[in-house]
Amino acid sequence: MSGDQTLSEGSAPLVVSGGSLPRVAIVDDHDLFRAGVRGSLGPRVEVVADSGDVEGAVRAIEQLDPDVVLLDVHKPWGGGVEVIRRVADTRAAVRFLALSVSDAAEDVIALIRAGARGYVTKTISGPQLADAVCRVHAGDAVFSPRLAGFVLDAFAGEIPAAQVDPELDLLTAREREVLQHIARGYMYKEIAAQLGISAKTVEAHVSAVLRKLQLSSRHELSRWAAHRRLVEE
Amino acid sequence: MSYPANPPSGGFRIAIGIGLLVVSGLLFVRAAGPWPGDAIVWPAAVAALGALLIWRAPAVAPRRRGSWAAHRPFKPSPPRQPSVRMRTFGRPEVSRGGLGVALVLAGGFAFLWASGATRPAGEALLAALAVLIAVALIFAPSWRRLARSLAAERIERIRSQERADVGAHLHDSVLQTLALIQRSAEDPKQVAALARRQERELRGWLAGGGSREPGDTLAAALDAAAAEVEGAVGGSVEVVAVGDCPLDERGGTVLAAAREAMLNAAKFAGEAPVSVYAELSGERIQVFVRDRGTGFDPVAVPHERQGVRESILGRMRRAGGSAAVRSLPGGGTEVEIAIDPGDRS
Repeated sequence: MSGDQTLSEGSAPLVVSGGSLPRVAIVDDHDLFRAGVRGSLGPRVEVVADSGDVEGAVRAIEQLDPDVVLLDVHKPWGGGVEVIRRVADTRAAVRFLALSVSDAAEDVIALIRAGARGYVTKTISGPQLADAVCRVHAGDAVFSPRLAGFVLDAFAGEIPAAQVDPELDLLTAREREVLQHIARGYMYKEIAAQLGISAKTVEAHVSAVLRKLQLSSRHELSRWAAHRRLVEE
Repeated sequence: MSYPANPPSGGFRIAIGIGLLVVSGLLFVRAAGPWPGDAIVWPAAVAALGALLIWRAPAVAPRRRGSWAAHRPFKPSPPRQPSVRMRTFGRPEVSRGGLGVALVLAGGFAFLWASGATRPAGEALLAALAVLIAVALIFAPSWRRLARSLAAERIERIRSQERADVGAHLHDSVLQTLALIQRSAEDPKQVAALARRQERELRGWLAGGGSREPGDTLAAALDAAAAEVEGAVGGSVEVVAVGDCPLDERGGTVLAAAREAMLNAAKFAGEAPVSVYAELSGERIQVFVRDRGTGFDPVAVPHERQGVRESILGRMRRAGGSAAVRSLPGGGTEVEIAIDPGDRS
């Protein structure tokens, strides 16, 4: 695919971050998969640690202080949320990016609400993953089309007007528009061109959505995943 | 995980109501009509109630399991869990059956006592009762063990059945695919296609427990169409759906047009994935199909795309919806399909 396009897109945050390579830790309980991710990330990031369990991951994060932690969503021990919870106080600067084969909305939303800055599926290509790591490192949120779909779904339901905190419980029309474009497979730059705004503004909208996702107390959001699962069956 | 002890369910209240009606009916007959005598009717009524309880017990159990399972969130396919089954043939049936037996015995005993049959046979009856209790005390542990081992056996049978099901599924799908992948190891495109198809299939199986029909809703049908297109043309088609709606006439039209768009996109997209985004709500059905192919000038449409456009644009127009093909030179092509669910029904 258009490899150089993603490369050029990702190089901007690298400059912002001061030119040094983002230091990455990989947490996933599949050895083979960790090795695969390590190999495919390429020269744009430096993998400093990988770990297959919560204890090892927490230790590695506290000792090595990586910039970005790639976190598998779905584990038998529900580890992603646990890892974030345990290092949140001591290593507040560490950023998390969720990476998963799981499509289960409740797993993904739980990890985002715990503090992950984005979510990508494991079918993502190496250069795209490196690009996502760089963007998370630079402080941006990384929404895959699937996550955008989950979020639109979660914020779609009606809630009683008296309980609405418009700051947190509702998406603005623009945020909704941006998410719809992400779900349609547009990249940030293309969304900016399409909506006639700057790429930075697109990023600001996505970050705002992420914040709402994490802070909103709208009860649909916590129950939504379970409900969704029940409705589907 | 504690079992709710005899909740006052609807069935229970109905039973009480029926019992009260029967009692009032009997009282009415007693006051007004021919009456065989208290000594016969009341014990008979009690015994009948006991018999009813005994006979009804097995039929009631499955309903209770269903209602209990419905309270368990997140666990897929509850009836497959052996622990659920174990709980259902434990206490409730025994207590119901036990109550029934007690009522029948009490009714019989009351009849005998009231009709005076117990006086001459009193001592014999007492002796029989004592023997009965002794036998019950002696054999109770072994009966319990027997019941336990039966239950354990049943659980084991369910488990092995389950294992066989999973094994059969893995054999049919995953192992076959792995064999195919090994055979076509030198063709990465083929390997990727096989892996994707298997992934989709396995995901569907995990999510739906094998029970979900692809034809039920538009979102599921779009997923199935994407898998079909991947199988036919290759490449990858990612479907993201928000909301869902039934696959009725309008849904079917949208599905047909979207499938055409996916086919077209997959053919021209090359290596890059095709993005399908569907927003399905009560007010509006909207599907976007986007590829990152070479793009084209809408004015200078290649001949082979003319038919495709007719089958997308024309089809949607005839159904009262709309479709648009947007092309960003160098940035691929996007087909937008939309229809108002309300405007035709």
